[in-house]
Amino acid sequence: MTKMKALVCRECGKEYPTKAIHVCEMCFGPLEVKYNYEEIKKNISRKKIQDGPLSIWRYADLLPVEGPTFLGPHAGMTPLVRAKNLGAYLGLDELYIKNDTVNHPTLSFKDRVVAVAITRARELGFETIACASTGNLANSVAAHAAAAGMRAYVFIPGDLEAAKVLGNLIYKPNVVEVEGNYDDVNRLCSEIAGEYAWAFVNINVRPYYAEGSKTLAYETVEQLGWRTPDQVVIPMASGSLLTKIWKGLHEMKTLGLVDDVRTRINGAQAEGCSPISTAFKAGRDFFKPVKPKTIAKSLAIGNPADGYYALKATAESKGSMDMVSDGEVVEGIKLLAQTEGIFAETAGGVTIGVLQKLVKQGTIKKGDVTVAYITGNGLKTQEAVIDAVGKPHRIQPSLASFEKTFKMGKNGGGDA
Amino acid sequence: MPSMKVHVRFPEEKIKEPVIYQIGHEFKVVTNVRRADVRETTGWMDLELTGESAEIERAIAGLRKKGVIVDPIELDVVEG
Repeated sequence: MTKMKALVCRECGKEYPTKAIHVCEMCFGPLEVKYNYEEIKKNISRKKIQDGPLSIWRYADLLPVEGPTFLGPHAGMTPLVRAKNLGAYLGLDELYIKNDTVNHPTLSFKDRVVAVAITRARELGFETIACASTGNLANSVAAHAAAAGMRAYVFIPGDLEAAKVLGNLIYKPNVVEVEGNYDDVNRLCSEIAGEYAWAFVNINVRPYYAEGSKTLAYETVEQLGWRTPDQVVIPMASGSLLTKIWKGLHEMKTLGLVDDVRTRINGAQAEGCSPISTAFKAGRDFFKPVKPKTIAKSLAIGNPADGYYALKATAESKGSMDMVSDGEVVEGIKLLAQTEGIFAETAGGVTIGVLQKLVKQGTIKKGDVTVAYITGNGLKTQEAVIDAVGKPHRIQPSLASFEKTFKMGKNGGGDA
Repeated sequence: MPSMKVHVRFPEEKIKEPVIYQIGHEFKVVTNVRRADVRETTGWMDLELTGESAEIERAIAGLRKKGVIVDPIELDVVEG
């Protein structure tokens, strides 16, 4: 018996074969992978995982692929940084940063989900992979496709910044700039996914793609010495990442890899696009879609596919949600960089900003083992902080000019 | 016969209007509601429209003209 039992509808429970389908034919609910945990349990142990490759594939037993060939062989196993400086600043005894700014190959957590999606796509016989994205996802699909020798189509809105377009073109996928607004691109991609026999990572192979996010939970537990954290703070776009970290933690318990899950799940959004956090704070079990307006563009999903499920997971865990202004996002990026030496993209600023809020509110307490998920690299969103980091000290090419600027004492170490 | 799955949202002021009934009469499409949640102040439906492709397009435009919001069944697929 294989580890994947079926695809199952998250609403009505109807089961389907593990093919490239994503919507229940009965109720149109989203599909997700259902596993044969009894079978997996026979074959998994802490030791087996620890002896595995230094990548997400050490958890292959818990991922929706058949193997043994895995594409994206270096994704994952990013550092879990003990953030002593930031912890001290915030008043937390045991704070960790899960640092996906250094994920391979494209410096964001999307490398995890795309590695799983492209591996499954190849197993299902696809030769073309596609996505609709304004940033990190497009980079990751383009890079993975190049390495795998697969044809790729990357759909982007016509008004995307030149630097972001370049980040895709370098891998030579078919970059398709769609004239029109976000909604037009969205609708076109949904139609194209239904029309062509392509693996559209966030449409028809989404049930597999989304599972890649579980590896953030597995790695956190393993890197904490097989403990689940008390609190996690997770940025939310579609909400999928949050739901999958929750699922991953519970799978560890189901499989006997940890004794219990006491983790409170906390979701973070930017004020300019906070449909899920707003619903949570209003005590609603449904969200109202919004038109995003925030510098945190990697989280700018106004009508999030997993918003409902993110609300549910957070409530189940007795966690919380909050949102921060664009100004707080920038301050969050700076704070993380200046205390821990980690330069995060805007989504990281959202996470740190919300972490700070939750500590101030007393939701996250001093002694809580806390993990903040930093999902992308700051070099990708430099425009967000360009006016907030000051300027270099300009001096003449002479020692005198340097010493005048820095008011050096005998042993050096002066400040400007 | 072609069909399309869409997610339809009703603003509060449109909740009482028989929009789906009207669309079924104004256009040559079969409307089939598969899942829905309609409350006092908000409502949505997952809907299948079956008919000629061009007529489905016209029906979607008709839905929008009546003030309801029509999205792909997957909601937002353009990610960051």
